[in-house]
Amino acid sequence: MKRLRFNQQEIVFAVFAVLFLAFSIFLRGFLTPENMLTLLQNVAVLGILGLAMAIVVIGRGIDISLIAALAVPPGLVLQMVQNGHSLPASLFTAVLLTIAFGLVNGWLIAYAEVPSLFATLATGLLLAGLGQAALFQLDVVQWSDGMKGFERLGQGTILGIPTSIVMFAIACIVVAFLLRQTRWGAYIYAIGDNPYAARVTGIPSRPIIVLQYVVAALIGCFAGLVMAASVNSMPTRIFNSTLIYDVILVVVLGGIGLSGGRGGVLNVIIGTLLIGTMLNGMTIMDISYAGQNLVKGVVLLLAVITDSFLNPRNEETAQQGDI
Amino acid sequence: MKYAVRTAKVIAAALGLAAIAAPALAQQGLDEPFQKPFKESLAGKTVAYVPVAMNFDLTEGWYAGLKKELEPYGVKFEIRDPNWNTNAGAQAVTSLISEKPAVMVIHNPDVQTYAKLLQRAENEGIYVIQINMGSAYRSSAFVGANWIEIGEKDTDAVVKACQGKSNKIAIVQGALSAAASAYTLKGVENVLAKHPEIKVVSSQAADWDAAKAKAITQTVLKQNPDLCGIVGFWDGMDIGTAAAVKEAGLTGKVFVATSGGGERKGACELVKSGAFDLNLSYDVPTQAAQMAGTIKWLLSSGAKAGSIKGSEYTTLIPITKENADSQTSCWNLSDLKK
Repeated sequence: MKRLRFNQQEIVFAVFAVLFLAFSIFLRGFLTPENMLTLLQNVAVLGILGLAMAIVVIGRGIDISLIAALAVPPGLVLQMVQNGHSLPASLFTAVLLTIAFGLVNGWLIAYAEVPSLFATLATGLLLAGLGQAALFQLDVVQWSDGMKGFERLGQGTILGIPTSIVMFAIACIVVAFLLRQTRWGAYIYAIGDNPYAARVTGIPSRPIIVLQYVVAALIGCFAGLVMAASVNSMPTRIFNSTLIYDVILVVVLGGIGLSGGRGGVLNVIIGTLLIGTMLNGMTIMDISYAGQNLVKGVVLLLAVITDSFLNPRNEETAQQGDI
Repeated sequence: MKYAVRTAKVIAAALGLAAIAAPALAQQGLDEPFQKPFKESLAGKTVAYVPVAMNFDLTEGWYAGLKKELEPYGVKFEIRDPNWNTNAGAQAVTSLISEKPAVMVIHNPDVQTYAKLLQRAENEGIYVIQINMGSAYRSSAFVGANWIEIGEKDTDAVVKACQGKSNKIAIVQGALSAAASAYTLKGVENVLAKHPEIKVVSSQAADWDAAKAKAITQTVLKQNPDLCGIVGFWDGMDIGTAAAVKEAGLTGKVFVATSGGGERKGACELVKSGAFDLNLSYDVPTQAAQMAGTIKWLLSSGAKAGSIKGSEYTTLIPITKENADSQTSCWNLSDLKK
């Protein structure tokens, strides 16, 4: 007897399809090419962050400090340029800071063996605090004349497609290539699936874990630059927002299990699309803030409940546990 | 002209008086009887400052302004930074009450949380000055913007810009929990009640977040490309609103009105670049000077805390293309800190 089974990715895709269809039929102005581009543009930064989180989660970790990497190094670029440094020098400094940050994260998790949840929670606070105390004059770092031209990273269009979507696409391709085409990518899956087995088979698991966090921090920094360019400023206070939950949501909703070793770029894209469709539709309907939260909560809950009905916990999850 | 004549008369009279008094005064100075008690009433006193958070233009500006005015008189200036955490702020206020500073300068996160605490503080003899965001308790002084007036003036400007156009406007609110946002919205409603022809196509909260404001505005503009104006609630957030307008190629066609503390980079320069058409500034250095003046007055008056209560609503500076270049419309944080 053949049983019909869906995985979370398919369920979420179905929810997305149903929502999309309903909006297209009932919501005037939803299914237009312009609105589709806006929809994607609005979630592009979230999607890029989702890619960074995906890399870490596939390797059976989690990176809570991602928003700090999004806020602080790009904020530093804007602040340095404001203080009269050149743009390339500022970018270089920010990239160095990001790499150093990723290395600290990776070292703590891979070598000091601190659980990733706690390590990144602490380092995120540290980096955000450092930014607030030592690097920025104000929470919102404004664009200055020295940044001229750089706003094209987040504004305007390339071949008619808004730049931030193009940036998301580029990030998708790069991460997909890293995960599927390189040996390092295969190692990340191996470590995520079974870290002990991976180590026994001779995979350099510790350096690979460090690499994950460095890459994640760099992608986070890239997302921050796109965001800063798109709103002409860097509101560094975003670290205190709930953005990190949205990022985790995109990843988990898309079907990348928190127990690691599964999923890929496609899952991030599906999760991002669902969130984007919901936000866009509700903005067009002019639903109140509280109403939007309610709808978001119900849809997510439905997806998770459906998943646990169709894919009950088994021996493996019982052993590993969820986060 | 009249004024000049009057001034001349006063000067002439003063000269006459001086001529009579001169022989007596030339021999010894005259003691001004009130300055010594004034100095004594300030020296060694503690002023505690609890903003919602430091590190943004408003609170940094108030801090710098107050420090500059009060420290030369030997006033000790203390700061408690709750960093957007309402609980931490309530704790700071509670512990301050037992430390008994002479004055507390309080920036409320909302209307209710600190209200009871502030009343207790004044009962204990601490003067409480509330800034920009009042609480349900009316204390010795309130210094700050009148949010209702800001909502009204911004909306008036948008309605005016919409004349003869589509009459479709959008509203980008702050955080729903913030009273400043709710009061501003009331001001907007007051004006809209008088203009039934105006249609609000979107009124959403962007949580003081520029990225969210941009996302909302982009969607709204795609649905309503003939939008004629946007009322935003804070310039730090509406930089995103303006970015969306600019990307849609509608700068100059969609009137963007907002408000803020008038810091040069966040206000004047953005008005100059065309991002904002109107930015109502509640000029932070002036507010700081008013607070300092109130503190001096209260301390030297010897009045019992809570026995007199008054308000000083800030006179708004509308920043438009005309005055955005002027040195006096905006202020620089770096200058204030000097």
